[in-house]
Amino acid sequence: MTVPGAWYLVLAACLFGIGAVGLLVRRNILIMYMCIELMLNAVNLTFVTFSRMLNDLGGQDAVFFVLVVAAAEVVVGLGIIVAIYRRRSGATADDISALKG
Amino acid sequence: MLAATQLAIASAWAVYAAGALLVIGGAAGVVLGRNPVHCALSLVTTIFGIALLFIDQGADFLAAVQIIVYAGAIVILFLFVIMLLGVDRKEARSHEGPRSLLPVGVVAGIVVVVELLVLVRVHYWATGSKAVTEAANGPGENIQKLGQSIFTGYLLPFEATSALLVIAVVAAVVLVRRSAQGAEAHPQRRSAVTGRLTPPAAQGPAMAVPAVVPAGAATEHAVERDGEAR
Repeated sequence: MTVPGAWYLVLAACLFGIGAVGLLVRRNILIMYMCIELMLNAVNLTFVTFSRMLNDLGGQDAVFFVLVVAAAEVVVGLGIIVAIYRRRSGATADDISALKG
Repeated sequence: MLAATQLAIASAWAVYAAGALLVIGGAAGVVLGRNPVHCALSLVTTIFGIALLFIDQGADFLAAVQIIVYAGAIVILFLFVIMLLGVDRKEARSHEGPRSLLPVGVVAGIVVVVELLVLVRVHYWATGSKAVTEAANGPGENIQKLGQSIFTGYLLPFEATSALLVIAVVAAVVLVRRSAQGAEAHPQRRSAVTGRLTPPAAQGPAMAVPAVVPAGAATEHAVERDGEAR
């Protein structure tokens, strides 16, 4: 446990950035969702790293709740995706523009 | 003695490097993969890397939960949806053309990373106040300390998560339920646009009325869906 915490933070920042780029450039809704999961994981890593650096268990508690909320979010999000794909097969994020105005 | 210390340091760095390699490699696979199934498997790689780094930092219980919940439930759910909908063909290369926003997305991501790295560099995280919960490091099992913390200090949020999960399950059922069953059960169906009840006499096969989107243009998808529902 000698690796300084800053290294973990840098890794988490890179993971968050990769997830953000993927969310912005991909068109497939499912893969955009996976990129959101990447960003959530980056934040979880940051929480655990701070929990170790500051010697506070609150960070790990936060990760616990983030996991629960992520599971609920995935259930609802995939339900929406299934509903969308059922109406129009092969839809990408660009095709869902009925509210464009 | 000195060699043992050096070995410990080297092994710690090796664990960190392995975790970082798994995390970054998996993330790159998610973003760059063309096949959604490959992307989901890359996501599993990233999750295992994160779990390794959790164990490295003493969060044993969260590492186990990470693998069980993420790799065991969430990614499997992704794969179910991919297989169910048959969307595992390759994504259309729609980035070509004059309106490609790919460079904008990459630049925005780089800006995000630079901002986060600057935040890491100017480290004023430590407020100097004592931990409000228990100490994360030190003697004692990680799972015992985490359980005591959650079931005492965070009991109300923990109970609220149960309500959240129930709501999510109900929402998923409502979202995915086929509307055809509702149409058969209730002959009077509510129009999606106007909210008015349509009389049963008007609902024959001929009543493939296109839904009217707010702009006024008829969408052909609604017609297809009505036809397939019968």
